[in-house]
Amino acid sequence: MQVLQSYAPMLPEIALAVGAMLILMIGVFREKSVLFNPGADYAAGWLSVLVLIGAAVLVINGAGPREVLFDGAFISDSFSRFSKVLILGGAALVLVMSFDTLARAKLLSTEMCVLMLLAVTGMLLMVSAGNLIALFLGLELQSLALYVIAAIDRTKVRSSEAGLKYFVLGSLSSGMLLYGASLIYGFTGSIDFSVIATAVQGQTPQQNIGLTVGLVFLLVGLAFKISAVPFHMWTPDVYEGAPTPVTAFFAAAPKLAAFALLVRTLLTGFPGIAAQWQQIVVFLSIASMLLGAFAAIGQKNIKRLMAYSSIGHVGYALIGLAANSEAGTQALLVYLAIYIVMTIGAFACILSMRTADGPVEDIDSLAGLSSTNLPLAFVLGTILFSMAGIPWLAGFFAKLYVFGAAVKAGLYTLAVIGVLSSVVGAYYYLRVVKVMFFDEPKVKFMPVDRSTGVVMALAAAFVLLFIVVPAPLVDAALSAARSLHVATAATQ
Amino acid sequence: MDLASAPILSIVMFMPLVGALLIGVLNAEAKGNARWIALYTTIITFLISIIIWVKFDPTNPGFQFVEERNLLDLMKFKLGVDGISMLFVILTTFLMPLVILQSWVVIEDRVKEYMIAFLVLETLMIGVFCALDLFLFYVFFEGGLIPMFLIIGIWGGTNRIYATFKFFLYTLLGSVLMLLAMLAMYWHAGTTDITTLLTYKFPAEMQWWLWLAFFASFAVKMPMWPVHTWLPDAHVEAPTGGSVILAAVLLKMGGYGFLRFSVPMFPIASAEFATLVFSLSVIAIIYTSLVALVQTDIKKLIAYSSVAHMGFVTMGIFTFSTQGTEGAIFQMLSHGIISAGLFLCVGVIYDRMHTREIAAYGGLVERMPIYAVFFMILTMGNVGLPGTSGFIGEFLTLLAAFRVNTWVAFFATTGVILSAAYALYLYRRVIYGALVKPALKTIQDLSPREIGILAPLVALTIFFGFYPAPILDVTAVSVKKLVANYEAAVGTSSSGAIPTTPPAGPAPAPAHH
Repeated sequence: MQVLQSYAPMLPEIALAVGAMLILMIGVFREKSVLFNPGADYAAGWLSVLVLIGAAVLVINGAGPREVLFDGAFISDSFSRFSKVLILGGAALVLVMSFDTLARAKLLSTEMCVLMLLAVTGMLLMVSAGNLIALFLGLELQSLALYVIAAIDRTKVRSSEAGLKYFVLGSLSSGMLLYGASLIYGFTGSIDFSVIATAVQGQTPQQNIGLTVGLVFLLVGLAFKISAVPFHMWTPDVYEGAPTPVTAFFAAAPKLAAFALLVRTLLTGFPGIAAQWQQIVVFLSIASMLLGAFAAIGQKNIKRLMAYSSIGHVGYALIGLAANSEAGTQALLVYLAIYIVMTIGAFACILSMRTADGPVEDIDSLAGLSSTNLPLAFVLGTILFSMAGIPWLAGFFAKLYVFGAAVKAGLYTLAVIGVLSSVVGAYYYLRVVKVMFFDEPKVKFMPVDRSTGVVMALAAAFVLLFIVVPAPLVDAALSAARSLHVATAATQ
Repeated sequence: MDLASAPILSIVMFMPLVGALLIGVLNAEAKGNARWIALYTTIITFLISIIIWVKFDPTNPGFQFVEERNLLDLMKFKLGVDGISMLFVILTTFLMPLVILQSWVVIEDRVKEYMIAFLVLETLMIGVFCALDLFLFYVFFEGGLIPMFLIIGIWGGTNRIYATFKFFLYTLLGSVLMLLAMLAMYWHAGTTDITTLLTYKFPAEMQWWLWLAFFASFAVKMPMWPVHTWLPDAHVEAPTGGSVILAAVLLKMGGYGFLRFSVPMFPIASAEFATLVFSLSVIAIIYTSLVALVQTDIKKLIAYSSVAHMGFVTMGIFTFSTQGTEGAIFQMLSHGIISAGLFLCVGVIYDRMHTREIAAYGGLVERMPIYAVFFMILTMGNVGLPGTSGFIGEFLTLLAAFRVNTWVAFFATTGVILSAAYALYLYRRVIYGALVKPALKTIQDLSPREIGILAPLVALTIFFGFYPAPILDVTAVSVKKLVANYEAAVGTSSSGAIPTTPPAGPAPAPAHH
C-alpha cells in the first residue's frame, strides 16, 4: 500500500495508459456490434476526451511540493504540471474540434484515439523526465505513436509519405540523441540530470569537451522534435501531407512536450556548461526565426504556411531558453501556452475550409471569406494578427515576455533580430488577412461543424480578451519556472 | 458623483467600444441602425469628453483624472491626462462624429464593419493619449494599426493593397525597436509607470540608444523625412474618413510621443540629437513643400503638405523652449482641424466626381459657392495666414527656432512661402477658372449634412486663429514643467526663460536678439 501511494504523482500517466488500453479493448469487442462504425467511432473519441480531461483534473489535483519517483527518473513539480495541463488541454481540444472532419474521412477510429492517448502519455513522461533513460522512453513512446498517426490515412499517398518521412528522419534524430546520451553517460558516469549537473562543477571548458559534444548530439535530437532550424526539413512536408486534424495535433501538444523536455534537460542537467549550449540555442533561435519568416512568404498552401509559421514561433520561444533565467523560462512557457491556443484556433479554421467537394488548403480559396462567412474570417484574422504579435492580442504578450527576457539577459542582438523578423512575419500573416478581407470571393465554404466552431470561438475569445486578465497564466508560468530554477540552484 | 473617483477617462475610452459591440450584434442588413448607433456613440463620447476639459485644472502641471489597476508586473492599466495630452483626447472625440457623418451615404458596402472599425480605432486613439504606462501606451499605439489596415484595405481606392501594407509594415518596423527600448527601460528603472519614469534619470549612454529607438517609431509615425513615403500612399488610397483620422489624429501620435517620452525621459540625448531633428525638419518643410507643388492628385498634395507641417512641429519641440513646445502642440491641434477639413473637402468633390485629379476640376466656384468659401478658409489655414489657427502654431515654432538657430528659422520660413504657393495654386486650379468641363456642369453645392460637417471645422479654424487662449492656457503649465525639467537635466540656463544659446549640440549657431 505504501508503495502504491508513493506512485500518486504518476496518477495522470497511469490513468492515461489504462484509459488507452480500455478504449482499445472496448474497440476490439465492439467490432462485432452492428451499431459500430469503424471510421466514425464517436464513442471512442468522446471517451478519449474524457480520459484526457480526467488526467488533467488529476494533474491539477495533484498540486503540491516537488516530488521525485523512481530514483529521480520521474519528477513532478509545478513546471511539469503547467506543461501537462497544457498538453492534455491542447490534445483534448484538437480531438474535439476534429471529430466531424475525422469521421468524414473515415479516420475517427479506435486506433486513432488510442494512438493519440499513448502519444500524450509519452509527452507527459517527457515533461517529467529526470534522467536520460526516462527522457528516451517518453520521447520514443510519443514518437512511435506519432509516426503511425502521421500515416493514418493509408489510402492517401501523401499521408503515407508524410509518415515515412517523419519516421526515417525521426529515427535518425533518435539515434543521434541516444549517441549523445551515451557520451554524456560515459563522461559523467551518470544518467541522472542532477548528478550530471554536479559532475561538471569546478572543471574548465576544456575538461568538459566530451560532455559538450554529447550535449550537442542530444540537442540535435531534441531540436528535431521541436523542428528548430536546421532540423526542420520534415515539418512542411509532414504538416502538408498528414490529415489536417493530425497536423493540428502535431503543431500543438508534441511541440510543448519536446520544449519542456529540452528546458528541463538543459537547465537542470547542464547548468555548468550553460555558456556552451546558450550559443547553440541562440543560433537555433535566430535561424528558426529568420527561416520561418522568409520561407513562409512564398507559400500557397495554408498548412505549409502554418508549418513555417510554427518554425518561426519555435525560434521566438527559444529566445526564452537562450536567456537562461527564471524570466526566460517563464517567457517560454507563456509563449508556448499562447502559441498552442493560437495554433489550435488557426487549425480549427483550416478544418472549416471545405467546399462541397471536400477540404481545400489553398490560401487563395480563402478569398473574400469576410463576405461569405464573416465569423470564420474574423476568427482567423484575429488569430493571424495575434500570431504576428500585434497588440492588444494575446500573441503580443507572448512576444513581449520573450523579448523582455532577452533584453534582461543582455541578448540585444537576438532581440533585435527577433523583432525585425517578426515584422517580416507580419507580412505573410497580413497576406492571408488581405486575401480574406480585401479580395473578391471565389469559393463558398460549407458551414462550420459545431464542435469545431466551439473550439474556434474559445480560441478567439482567449486571444481577444487575454489583455483583460493576463495575470493567471503569467503567474502560473512564473511559479512553474521558479520550481525549475529553485531545483537547479539546489543541486549546485 | 465625486469626480476624483469617477473613472471618466475609462468611460470616454471604452464608450466607443461599447458602441462597437452593440453594432456587432446587429445583423448585416441593419445599415441604418449601425450608422445611428455609431453616431450616437461618438456624440455621447464627445460630450463626456467635454467634461474632462471643463473639470481640467490648468494650473496643475501633473497628471489629472488618474486611474490605476494592476494587470501584470510588466503592465499596469493606468490612465491620466495633463496639459499636453488632454486636448488630443478632445480632438479625437470631436472629429469622430464628423467622420461618421461623412460616411453616412458614401459608405454603402459593409457599413457595419466600417462603423466597428472606426469605433475600435477611436478607443485605441484615446488610449494612446491617456495611457500612463509604457506597455499600455504601446498596446494602444500599435493596436490602432489593425483597424486602420482594414479601413484602408477594404474601403480604399484602387491601389489600396499596396498602400495599406506599406502603412502597416513601415509603422510596425519603427515601433518594434521602441518596444525593445521600453523593455530595456523597464529592466533598468524597474517600473513601467510613465509618471515615475518622467523623473527617472537614465544614464547618458543608455539615453542615446533609447532615444534612437523611440525616434525610429515616432519619426515614422510623424512622419519625418525620409521615412514619410508611406503617408502619401496611405492618404491617397484611404477612404475619406480614414484620411481624416490619419492626418488629424494618427500623425499627432508621433509628436505626442516626442513630448511624452523623448524629450522628458532622454533629455541629454534629445539635446545631442536636436541638430539632427532640425535638419530633418527643415528638409521636410522645404522638400515636401516642393513635392506638393507638382502633385496632380489633390489628396497627395494635402498629404505632402501634412509632412511639411509636421516639420514645424518637430522643429518646435526640439527648441526645448516653452514657445516652441506650445507652438508645436498648437500646430498639431490646428493641423488636426485644418487637415481634417481639407480632406473632408476633397471627399465632398470626390463623392460627386469620383476622381482626385486636379485637372478634372476647375471653376467650381460657379456651381458651388458655399464650398468655395469653406475650402478657401481651410486653405488659408493651411497656408498659415494670420487670423487662422495655422498661423499661431507656425509663428510660435518659428519664433522659438529663431532664438535657437537662425538658419533653421530662415529655411523653415521659406516653407511658409512655399505652402502659400502650393495651396493657392491648388485652390486656383480647382475653384477658379472657367467651368468648361462638361461633367462639372451639374455638380451640386454642399448638402446640409456636408455643411454640418465642415462648418465646425471652419469655425474653429478662425476662432483659434483670433483667440488661441483656450488651447494655450491648458498647455502652458505642463509645458513649463516639461521645459524646466529638461533644462534641469541638461544643466542649461535659468528655468522659464528661453535659452539664448543652443542648449547643447555639436554645432552651435550664433545666437541672435
